[in-house]
Amino acid sequence: MKNLNQLTAHKLLEMLKKEEITSLEIVQSLFERIEKAEDKIRAYLFWDKEKILAKAKKSKQGLLSGIPIAIKDNICVEGEPTGCASQILQGFISPYDATVVKNLKAKGAILCGRTNMDEFAFGSSTENSAYQVTHNPWDGQRVPGGSSGGSAAAVAADEAIFALGSDTGGSIRQPAGLCGVVGFKPTYGRVSRYGLIAFGSSLDQIGTLTKDVADAALLLKAIAGFDNQDSTSVDISVPDYEKYLEREIKGLKIGLPDEYFIEGLERNVKQRVEEAIKVFEGLGAEMVRISLPHTEFAVAVYYILATAEASSNLLRFDGVEYGVRKTVNSLQPTVYSLQKTENRKNLLSEMYEKTREEGFGKEAKRRIILGTYVLSRGYYDQYYLKAAKVRNLVVKDFKEAFEKCDLILTPTSPTPAWKIGEKTEDPLRMYLSDIFTIPANLAGIPAVSIPCGFCKGLPVGLQLFGKAFAEEKILQAAYAYEQSTEWHLQKPKI
Amino acid sequence: MKFKTVIGLEVHLQLNTHTKIFCACAMRFGVSPNSQVCPVCLGLPGSLPVLNNKVLNKAVKLCLALDCQIAKEIRFDRKNYFYPDLPKGYQISQYDKPVGSNGKLNGIGITRIHLEEDAGKLIHNPEGSLVDYNRAGTPLLEIVSEPDIQNPKQAYDYLSALKSISEYLEVSDCNMEEGSLRCDANISISPIHSEELGVKIEIKNMNSFRGVQKALEYEEKRQREILNKGEKLSQETRLWDAEKEITLVMRSKEEANDYRYFPEPDLPCFFISLDMIEEIKKQMPELPQQRQQRFISQYKIPEYDAAVLTKEKKMADYFEKCLEFFDKPKTISNWLMRDVLNFLKTEKVSWDDFSLSPQNFTDLLKFVEVKEISINMGREVFLEMLKSNKKAKEIIAEKGLAQVSDEGKLKSIIGKIIIANSKSVKDFQSGKEKALMFLVGQVMKETKGKANAAVVQKLLREECKKSPLVSL
Repeated sequence: MKNLNQLTAHKLLEMLKKEEITSLEIVQSLFERIEKAEDKIRAYLFWDKEKILAKAKKSKQGLLSGIPIAIKDNICVEGEPTGCASQILQGFISPYDATVVKNLKAKGAILCGRTNMDEFAFGSSTENSAYQVTHNPWDGQRVPGGSSGGSAAAVAADEAIFALGSDTGGSIRQPAGLCGVVGFKPTYGRVSRYGLIAFGSSLDQIGTLTKDVADAALLLKAIAGFDNQDSTSVDISVPDYEKYLEREIKGLKIGLPDEYFIEGLERNVKQRVEEAIKVFEGLGAEMVRISLPHTEFAVAVYYILATAEASSNLLRFDGVEYGVRKTVNSLQPTVYSLQKTENRKNLLSEMYEKTREEGFGKEAKRRIILGTYVLSRGYYDQYYLKAAKVRNLVVKDFKEAFEKCDLILTPTSPTPAWKIGEKTEDPLRMYLSDIFTIPANLAGIPAVSIPCGFCKGLPVGLQLFGKAFAEEKILQAAYAYEQSTEWHLQKPKI
Repeated sequence: MKFKTVIGLEVHLQLNTHTKIFCACAMRFGVSPNSQVCPVCLGLPGSLPVLNNKVLNKAVKLCLALDCQIAKEIRFDRKNYFYPDLPKGYQISQYDKPVGSNGKLNGIGITRIHLEEDAGKLIHNPEGSLVDYNRAGTPLLEIVSEPDIQNPKQAYDYLSALKSISEYLEVSDCNMEEGSLRCDANISISPIHSEELGVKIEIKNMNSFRGVQKALEYEEKRQREILNKGEKLSQETRLWDAEKEITLVMRSKEEANDYRYFPEPDLPCFFISLDMIEEIKKQMPELPQQRQQRFISQYKIPEYDAAVLTKEKKMADYFEKCLEFFDKPKTISNWLMRDVLNFLKTEKVSWDDFSLSPQNFTDLLKFVEVKEISINMGREVFLEMLKSNKKAKEIIAEKGLAQVSDEGKLKSIIGKIIIANSKSVKDFQSGKEKALMFLVGQVMKETKGKANAAVVQKLLREECKKSPLVSL
């Protein structure tokens, strides 16, 4: 059978069940595709073909038995390089599995490679990878979005059946929108973060990049649930998401926040979203005008809190225990004797400075400096503390809005994919591309981006926010929309 | 000039839970380096902390024993700094919501008690420095006193009392040599009537309670001399050199460290409910002070004895165990305070390693009590028991140490002595009491000390009266 790589996981599972195909055939068709398209897309950082083929020959029974999945480079896989697309973690082999990886393995999924990303998830275009630039499958001149750009591009280009990403300020939804796939960020605490290399610990959440909503439901079910190794994961039972998909959405109240349909939102994008609203109305949903008054502060609040946490989370990359160690005088890792006090001061600071100077990229350094600054004595109250307070106002905004509606509908990003290199010199403009996705992370609520059309051949994404731990509601609405449109079936020509 | 001294102590106490504060690694002492580690305590990328509930329980216990206010809600914060023994580049500690505050110990105020994780240990060689992360993630309580301590002896007493309470609560091993209790001291000296506080000097690197006292005494003297010369002190951190018994400058003027504390996002806030406090109160054992009072009233022993016996929980436990076998509190107390403590001190043995069971020990005391052996012999047997692990009865039999109290046996010896020492017998008969003691001595000599002196004396009196006056 040909082109199995183009199918969704739920379709493949059906075929596997009927013994029409084998897992090995799926993997082989994926590798055929990867070998053909990867030169142009550059979605993957690493894969071990022999190992994957061997796994496909005898896959475990379970929910995802025999289905290959791509994993973002910031999620730990035992015995495999896990490097956050950063020089500083070059050569680091994780000695343990992230909880999500453990769950996937237990359910029979086959891990099939590590996808590219912005270094430590710092970025919105995947251009901040230390290794390569990933290209948007719809237009090779353009970015795939980020930071989970590798996962989004791999799924869009049929180089992966589906993939895991992580979302701190939109890093799943924004590239999903720009690549025309489904990107789902669950509620903070729904999926264990254990083994996800932290960026902003109070914002990070692992989620899914899939070809359709049904696969999002399937994959979310496989990775969600309480984990006693993550104190911020929440012990609420996980519903059978797939069972919610076929339900009608008649009478569902969908909020349209004034603050998201603003200047700066590209006209074409706005049009696609408005068309989508019509589809929802046609399905019997009721549109409600709402306000999220603190939206304008979200980006500023986010860049204070996320960088503060990141500056601390990245302290461990110091050349002592793992990853790369750089020294002034030699190419080899130097053995230090810190017996003498002067040595301690000089040798140590030399190692720290050199390792971090050479190991981190420009954006990582920018965020470390920003985060260090906002936590510094004398500035903490003014920046960090104030931002933490405003974050609470954003949370309150959503709480009040959800008294009037079940879901909130917005565009995923203000523009479709932009040209590679277009915003790299203007970080502030780059930061603003996440303006619509960031609030969900601040509030910890679940959100999805689904394809809702094209403008000039580039995909446009539509975003739905839901109440905390009400993922099924989002999936239900997204599925209903998807069933009445065909945007998700469009394939890029590569 | 007269001066006053102001001292504050900062104690780090390792809690003796079975596992570390944020992971399930064991915490045995003296195992091979990096053998008790996991992704969490190694700070590997992606790992996350999970609070060990036993840690919170022990922390609250100690806070209650030190009369602290217990926070309703506690939070962990990150203290950020680089050092090779700190795997994550930050220490999970507590900044503005510690477990306990406003406590008291020996009349000295306790500012705060907070939880944090310990770092690893650096091992320096000329060829290179190595890091052992076994200690990383060990739960610590930092106990900060108010600057209420007025002299070095008081500092010593404060630490002893803290150790005593911690041992009673079984929250820490309090072993300064193994590092399960560490103490830094702040001291400042100022003219006695001065309103202003003196210059604060921090001393580190003391490895015993006596060391803390000595270091403070040394500093007190050094600082007074400087002030007396009219010179000024500068704020600095000094290291105690235990061998030379001096302090040396470690760094002058505090380097302005900015730890950039902020709330630890990987851990939620923890709530300490009244129910939890009540539950812990129920588990609270009798504390040293209470036990001392009870010993005085229940066993009718002097206050001094009760204080000595209850200072170490294990000694007090031993004492009470002995009472189950032998109901003479004061006798047991005497032996424990004198012979046992002496032995422990000279042999450098701890109560844990004291091999004599209360039953065997009291068996010995019973032999002395019934005058089967003399006190002096008892002491010999005591040391022999510890050396050979034999029972008192066996040693007494083997060495033939049993006192001769048999009157028939003693009478024949006394008869001989009377004949050989007629002068003394005469002296006694004519009223010289001293002569009797000489005769007792002769009998003891003849029996190689085994005769029961009291019986001998009684018999001698009788025999001398009977014996006809020998005339020349």
